[in-house]
Amino acid sequence: MSLRVAADIGGTFTDIAVEDGTRLWSVKVPTTHGAPERGVLEGVGKALAEAGRTLSDVSLVVHGTTLATNALIERKGARTALLTTEGFRDVLEMGNEGRFDQYDIRATKPVPLVPRHLRHTVRERLRHDGSVVEPLDERGVLEAAKRMRDAGVEAVAVAFLHAYADGGHEARARDLLRRELDIAPISVSHEVSPQMREYERISTTCANAYLQPVVSGYLLRLEQSLKAGGLGGPLLMILSSGSLTTVETASRFPIRLLESGPAGGAIFACDIARRLHLDRVLSFDVGGTTAKFCLVDGFGVRHSKSFEVARTYRFKKGSGLPVTVPVIDLVEIGAGGGSVARVDAIGRIAVGPDSAGSEPGPACYVRGGTQPTVTDCDLALGKLDAAAFAGGTMPLDARAAHHAIEGAVAGPTGLSVENAAFAVAETISEAMASAARVHAAEIGTDIEARTLIAFGGAAPLHAARFAEKLGIGTVIVPSGAGVGSAIGFLRAPVAYEIVRTIRTVLGGGGLDAVRTALLSIEEQARGIVAQASGQADVLAVHRSAHMRYVGQGHEIEVPFTEDPTQESFGASLRAVFEASYARVYGRTLEDSAVEATSWTVRVERPVPGSAPRAPHAATPHAATSCGSRRAYDGAAGSWEAWPEYERAALRPGALARGPAILTEAETTTVVPRGFDFRIGDEGYIWMTRTGDGA
Amino acid sequence: MTADPQRDRIRTDLIWQRLIAILEDQAQTLIRTAFSTTTRESGDLSAGLFDARGRMVAQAVTGTPGHVNAMALAVGHFLRRFPLDDLRPGDALASNDPWLCSGHLHDFTVVTPVFHQSRPVGLVANTVHVVDVGGLGFGPDGREVFEEGICIPVCKLATEGRVNPFVLDILRANVREPDQVVGDLHSSMVGNEAAARRVSGLLSEFGCADLEEVADAIITRTRQAVEGRIAALPDGDYRNEIRMDGYEGEVELRLVLSIRGSGMTLDFAGSSPASPRGINVVLNYTTAYAVFGVNCVLNPDIPCNHGSLSPISVLAPSGSVLNAQRPAAVSARHMIGHLLPDLVLGALAPVLPVPAEGAGLIWNPSLRGTTAAGCAFATVTFNAGGAGAHADRDGWNTTAFPSGVRTMPVEAVEATVPVLIRRKELRPDSGGAGRFRGGMGQTIELVGEGRGPLLINAMFDRLIHPARGRGGGGPGQAGGVRLASGSPIGSKGLQEVAPGDMVILDLPGGGGYGPPGERDRDAIEADLLGGYLTPDGARLQYGGGDD
Repeated sequence: MSLRVAADIGGTFTDIAVEDGTRLWSVKVPTTHGAPERGVLEGVGKALAEAGRTLSDVSLVVHGTTLATNALIERKGARTALLTTEGFRDVLEMGNEGRFDQYDIRATKPVPLVPRHLRHTVRERLRHDGSVVEPLDERGVLEAAKRMRDAGVEAVAVAFLHAYADGGHEARARDLLRRELDIAPISVSHEVSPQMREYERISTTCANAYLQPVVSGYLLRLEQSLKAGGLGGPLLMILSSGSLTTVETASRFPIRLLESGPAGGAIFACDIARRLHLDRVLSFDVGGTTAKFCLVDGFGVRHSKSFEVARTYRFKKGSGLPVTVPVIDLVEIGAGGGSVARVDAIGRIAVGPDSAGSEPGPACYVRGGTQPTVTDCDLALGKLDAAAFAGGTMPLDARAAHHAIEGAVAGPTGLSVENAAFAVAETISEAMASAARVHAAEIGTDIEARTLIAFGGAAPLHAARFAEKLGIGTVIVPSGAGVGSAIGFLRAPVAYEIVRTIRTVLGGGGLDAVRTALLSIEEQARGIVAQASGQADVLAVHRSAHMRYVGQGHEIEVPFTEDPTQESFGASLRAVFEASYARVYGRTLEDSAVEATSWTVRVERPVPGSAPRAPHAATPHAATSCGSRRAYDGAAGSWEAWPEYERAALRPGALARGPAILTEAETTTVVPRGFDFRIGDEGYIWMTRTGDGA
Repeated sequence: MTADPQRDRIRTDLIWQRLIAILEDQAQTLIRTAFSTTTRESGDLSAGLFDARGRMVAQAVTGTPGHVNAMALAVGHFLRRFPLDDLRPGDALASNDPWLCSGHLHDFTVVTPVFHQSRPVGLVANTVHVVDVGGLGFGPDGREVFEEGICIPVCKLATEGRVNPFVLDILRANVREPDQVVGDLHSSMVGNEAAARRVSGLLSEFGCADLEEVADAIITRTRQAVEGRIAALPDGDYRNEIRMDGYEGEVELRLVLSIRGSGMTLDFAGSSPASPRGINVVLNYTTAYAVFGVNCVLNPDIPCNHGSLSPISVLAPSGSVLNAQRPAAVSARHMIGHLLPDLVLGALAPVLPVPAEGAGLIWNPSLRGTTAAGCAFATVTFNAGGAGAHADRDGWNTTAFPSGVRTMPVEAVEATVPVLIRRKELRPDSGGAGRFRGGMGQTIELVGEGRGPLLINAMFDRLIHPARGRGGGGPGQAGGVRLASGSPIGSKGLQEVAPGDMVILDLPGGGGYGPPGERDRDAIEADLLGGYLTPDGARLQYGGGDD
């Protein structure tokens, strides 16, 4: 039976998952930053050895990496030049001319990826409808090319005003540049991100160019190494949208590789939702640095058309680089096991968004970290076992944790160490719950009726309290929670998505341009998906529009199924928009005109449907505890003996009442008072709120 | 509350955190639903929670300074007209009276009672800038507030869930975009209701009967922190003055900032009398921007509530341009308001590290005309000049301060109105010289593509009085307004631009910090390489040097 392999390169660890359809093997190896492909090859080798197989048995490798993200954060990309419209040399630097912090007048703004002396302009100009105000000055392009060559640039971005409406000038400029320059990578904005808003589009195009040499070089080396090792099947890359694509497409559009880890996590949750037939889910993925939330409805995720990367300032919105490519709509906040706790100017306990990461890490790691983190507090509260952490490979120092909390939190507030630790845990739960509520409100959906799926090293410990704050009754901790993103890669569909700006007021004509554009981007996406999946005929097409009332500035995404070629298309769009608007904002505005600002086409190889799940069949039986642990119940204000269970020893059907602590090598699950737990037939931990807690 | 002071404290902090999150959520919803460009693109709004006594307890992080502190004062006026105990669930109060709310008719404040266990325990309020209020439109041309549009006194916009149709009819009959204005007021009411419900839910979750105990704790702790910071500054009277171009003549703003123990008083005595045109500021708004200036350098890390506002008092002579009386025109009050933080920062320079002066006022040309198809169009764009340099770093290029606005994409503007923006680019040599350079201004060139002339309502300043440097730093370049044809155009008021002629705006730069001779050679070279400085500009600002 052929094998499928997933490799997820993170900041600290490279996770490998191998499956053959029934069994799953996973390993974690340290990320090899200088040459990340070495870590991948080492990890894949280890996992295959465990499975007793070799690379030649592998039919597919799916890969996701933080390489692109890190290159942007650390500014280790190519020396990049920009060619843009005369009069707009500084769009990249001026940004939105705002401040991201109202009161901080000393905040540092992100430095543009392309410095001013490498930003060139050329005479040309389009209107918003694509009509030409001024033709392209070809001689000017050639002169810019000469200056770029003299400056020794390694990549070029071409981004003209209104190029989303017509890419003719950009394409011609690319041809001319290619003739004059030996360097291959030239990114043009109408291909990278055909969306309106020049700052975002130019930023995205420059970032794409900046990443191209680094990423394509790496992917080429990885592919060659895998082939040399005997891999017969293809290597596919996971994108920010949660879809798979070829190495060739990924090399042209490396900007789409950002956020692949969180996307893998969201796909992991989708797959569980589908198999357990859970229609409404909130996925909760917490690592060392960040917490990610994603709403999964009908076994699928929503997509968004922009996000921000490489935030320079405490995760603050506006302090990073805007990127406008399709991305899974998830919320990521600076809250994780490594988040640092402190006391602010008015004596309030604050946690994150900064993280001690894994180096130096929490104080209890004893690797030089002295600031108290969430993990230190979990340890001080008795929720973590100092000796059994990471399967016993990395003992924690409870005294160091105690000392750090005492110095930075308990001392300044006058709280006892356990109350201080409890306050930190509550504060971070509160922050995560607030972020989840805001996200749900933005989409216009409720949160209470959902099932929480918790994974990532730090999620199972905080999941029940988080659920309680949100009014959620059921929490699932799946197996493989520690390598959830990598497993998610194996569940991702081969798909491609393109967003294109065309502003159209419904009822005002102009739908013909939309019809033409929808067909053209569908064809482009089909080509990419057909090549990656080897199938051209069974592809599914999903379309949506971003819409608003004329006069508003913010759109909502409206999926539609109506055939755009139909006469009734416009009227039916208004109807689906109004239904969505009413769901989000509670009302509609009958007299206002409606417009669509951009259109999205997603082509994918269909994923299998979901069948209703049978009730748990395994015989219920009392779970057998392996001992007990002293843990602090903050609500009651007392230390208690909480029963401890070894997850691996629990069989389907095992159940018990909280409080309880379930341990395994990669994570710890806490079942607080007021929750029951039961091991499901599939081996997952199901926690259910009983409501009779503290 | 429990008998355990440790867990009471933890609980207060959690409630505090949640209150701010609830209000922030409300502010974000308002931004997403707003029709007014200033609200949705620039965050020109605020949202706050008040206790039964009308004290502001918490506030959304998002919001513009001009609304923030003004709203804190407005709610008191609302409660004097409609005492809290007389309000019923489903009631909503509203007004846009400039003297009670935030200084011009475009800002509506909507206030909704919070009911918990059938008792009124506090109020949720928000302020939004609406698209239109009739009258002359947004601009400085008015001679009396009556010309500037409709004023709705404090009224019950809704009674027990039923919106007062008469109020809405009056509004609809008096504004140019009735659906959008009424739409924004509906959003405000719906947002307040939702926030009020969530506050009540929060009180239930934490077992509180009302807001008072939590409000006391929040306000007391905040006030103590702010008073501590003020007390750490040396007592004394600190003075500063700023001159600006003004509408019909120069305006002088004077300030004596007195620190006595843990209290601070800002007295604007000696400032110019009210202007005959609509650049006047009411005391609420003066207070808002003056206190914002103090908070930027003294308390940037302390959340805004009654406790952070009460230690600072603001005085301005009645009838002066900073405490204009009815019926003065006030529509473009931001022109002066936006200079107040620089005035305050300059006064604080002897006791706190503060930057040089910046461009201050946002340049927001309001454009009107007729499309090729014969329809009327109107738009406004926001554009920032340079910020002042600091003692240890260059000033921000083209960054709005103190306003919290952001610019709109050129592509979005051109997709809406028949105007071509041919240039929007940094303006070389505009940053004031210094050891650290002032932020750069920008040059904007735009031309109408509609039928007939383009109308521009100009509200520009710092053409005569540039941003001053600090500590020996040079001034930023002054602003400029001109037409490509050479025809005359002024910096204030509604003017006509002939078809095809191009408007050229040179936005001012920020002031430099420290003597220019102390600027690092490499920094000058880098500025020359990037073209931030021209060779001529470098010679002029930093001396001939050796090359």
